[in-house]
Amino acid sequence: MGIEPGRLHFSWISSAEASKFVDVARAVSDQVRQTGPASRLIKQLPEVA
Amino acid sequence: MEAYTEKIREAAQRLLKESKVDVVMGFQRGTVPMMSQPVLIRKVNEVERLHWDSYCGSNLANYLPKRKERIAVVAKGCDSRNLVVQILENQIKREQLYIIGIPCLGMIDRRQVLGALTGKEPLAVSETDSQLVIQGKGFEEKLERSLFLQDNCAICTHRNPVLSDELVAEPVPEQTEVDRYEDVRGIEKMTADERWQYFRELLAPCIRCYACRNACPMCYCPTCFVDESMPQWLGKSIDPTDTATFHFLRAFHLAGRCSDCGNCQRVCPVGINMRQLNKKLEKDIKERYGYETGLSLEQRPPLDTYRPDDPQQFFK
Repeated sequence: MGIEPGRLHFSWISSAEASKFVDVARAVSDQVRQTGPASRLIKQLPEVA
Repeated sequence: MEAYTEKIREAAQRLLKESKVDVVMGFQRGTVPMMSQPVLIRKVNEVERLHWDSYCGSNLANYLPKRKERIAVVAKGCDSRNLVVQILENQIKREQLYIIGIPCLGMIDRRQVLGALTGKEPLAVSETDSQLVIQGKGFEEKLERSLFLQDNCAICTHRNPVLSDELVAEPVPEQTEVDRYEDVRGIEKMTADERWQYFRELLAPCIRCYACRNACPMCYCPTCFVDESMPQWLGKSIDPTDTATFHFLRAFHLAGRCSDCGNCQRVCPVGINMRQLNKKLEKDIKERYGYETGLSLEQRPPLDTYRPDDPQQFFK
């Protein structure tokens, strides 16, 4: 649907795989940080005083 | 088509008289031409209201979930596939249903016909196997039937009902040389930026009337996620993000369940081709799981089964 590559990740991690979870979470957050702030599927709420 | 009408009436009369069903669900003539509408017939002396023509594009499966009576329902190929899914999803019981199957040559898109009339008002329509005859004040137009099919009918590969108790005619030849996914492949080839832009423009006219959802035989949730308020998943406005989220999520909910009956596009008051979203998911399900929606009662839909050897290349 046009979300930038690298922003969306899927993973299958068992509750027993703590270190895999840590690794994947680090890798995902690093990559998303590199991709920069999201501009798509973001809702701009109207400004109220 | 006249012959179909006679057969449907005959079946309805027989079923009601023998008390095989409580109600017959079919079509009657609309109040204006090209707008045949659903009707419930409960009495033998009402069967003359039943009617069939090429404008019966509505999907009667939409009116079935959770009904308790014994129902005879008129079903085209696509409708019958929705019935199969509804039975598999426990929305209706097979024993409750008597399916009057319609071998279908495709339904006519009234908007295209109106377009061809360039403003002239149709007052009466009739048809032969290959021609539509449209009459109005001071004119009579004959149109080539095959040029005015609904988009989904033009690329249909299951015109004959997959499940029925009787057919109103001999099965029609299936279309085999059609490319169902030409447009989907085009969208797949786009870059992320182009695709974002494409969907923005596709969905921009949406007024969030939910006609597509309401007309969909597979959208039977008692409370749709868009109507939830505790928590509220989605804004109610026509903010492009809310609108896109509605359409994308609805499409995902229909993955492996949509028969491309085209009712969503048919009822859309602003003419959005949201079938492109559904067709992408239909293509994915076909390629990844080798499954086509509702062809058999023996086969569970891929997204409600678990297999240890499920393909899952997208995980890492």
